[in-house]
Amino acid sequence: MKTTPITKWHQSHDGKLVEFGGFQMPIDYGSIMNEHAAVRDKVGIFDVSHMGEFLVRGLGTSEYLDNLVTNTPSGLETGQALYSPMCYPDGGTVDDLLIYRMSDAEFMMVVNASNIDKDWAWVMDHKSAWPLVDLTNVSDETSLLAIQGPKARDLLQPLTTINLSELAYYHFVPGAMIAGVSALLSRTGYTGEDGFELYVASSEALALWEKLVDRGAVPIGLGARDTLRLEARLPLYGHELSESITPLEAGLGPFVRLKNKADFIGRDALERQKSQGLTRKIVGLEIQGGIARAGYQVSDATGKIVGIVTSGTFSPTLKTAIALALVPFELASIGTRLAVNVRGREAPATVIKTPFYKRG
Amino acid sequence: MNLPENLRYTTDHEWIDEDGRVGITEYAQDALGDVVFVELPQVGRALKAGEAFGVVESVKSVSDLYSPVTGIVVAVNTELSSQPELVNLDPYRAGWIIKLNPAMDSADLLLADAYRSQIEGA
Repeated sequence: MKTTPITKWHQSHDGKLVEFGGFQMPIDYGSIMNEHAAVRDKVGIFDVSHMGEFLVRGLGTSEYLDNLVTNTPSGLETGQALYSPMCYPDGGTVDDLLIYRMSDAEFMMVVNASNIDKDWAWVMDHKSAWPLVDLTNVSDETSLLAIQGPKARDLLQPLTTINLSELAYYHFVPGAMIAGVSALLSRTGYTGEDGFELYVASSEALALWEKLVDRGAVPIGLGARDTLRLEARLPLYGHELSESITPLEAGLGPFVRLKNKADFIGRDALERQKSQGLTRKIVGLEIQGGIARAGYQVSDATGKIVGIVTSGTFSPTLKTAIALALVPFELASIGTRLAVNVRGREAPATVIKTPFYKRG
Repeated sequence: MNLPENLRYTTDHEWIDEDGRVGITEYAQDALGDVVFVELPQVGRALKAGEAFGVVESVKSVSDLYSPVTGIVVAVNTELSSQPELVNLDPYRAGWIIKLNPAMDSADLLLADAYRSQIEGA
């Protein structure tokens, strides 16, 4: 099992380690509820060094990337990033990722830990039309720290000369000095709060982590990372997106550019799905009298099984059970009464608006 | 680890006291993390030793609860419906889960020391 430069620190600071995406990662440091609240109210720090990073450069890179993903990396300015699904020809999802434009012909792809090997094979297999594009997998030598929460900027600002209030959402500064460590500093995150992500050399990750914790960033495990992203309705690959769930079904239409873009892998299938109309869709549920978990069955008012829960938890902010579920399109409108089978019992569920939580 | 001497323990991390009250141990609540939902049995239900009688859900996981002894459920802790966190905050008192009228002696369950060596060996 792989570790990050911070795994030993987690272990010696009450982090409960679990396997995630082939890595030993902390699920929590004692209380998911407290960690969740720290990010919503103050500032938390996440070790997300398990994420994968690929550098892509050379002549034809922006065309190559435009063909690979559903969004439009060629439209990025240098210093800007975007979120995009990456699809199979049938519209199913290979992964969802961030793409950073470092210069005209140099980009970085950030992929999910559990998909690093699959994605690497996929991107290598689809570059034959772009012989001058050069790819490097820098996942091992790159670590990623996320600083998230309403106080994230206040925490980081004294450590850098970069004016953070001028760094717009989904923009970044490469080679930013943060407490003496060179980082790619990005205003992005996966929590529904303001925040930053710092890509640093793995050799410097632990020292920077300790400095940020000393300044008051609360260490947050993957447990709260999941409850935070779920409240903000951010998809998780393997749950809301998968080989058999398209980005359109996952509600990610704005990241699928069917217009004003050259051909891309999966385009025909997604265009067909859009023009024929979706038959199923990911919706938000509020559940009474039980907690829905991924894989639980969803039934309609007559008791017929109609769908499946893709992610479910107790929402620490809303103090109620929430879930995302894949259901038939005709049962996807707000207010629809459904039920989730919780250990053989039908727990009433209502389709509600998402995101479940939006920062004020 | 707080393991009161007056309780008897099971390898499934439940405790039972001399009045038949049943709950989960300090070790179990810590391992589960923040408890957010407890599914309680009906009062009057007959349970066999080792039988699943309910469920405790934390933010991250779902765990069955097992009866330490054979007996009839005579009371359930209804406070847990609105305050499931009592299982974390006070696992041996306010966080009790059910009360049994035992049909068997709990003498052959684990003493505090035996349970302690089990969890420390784990």
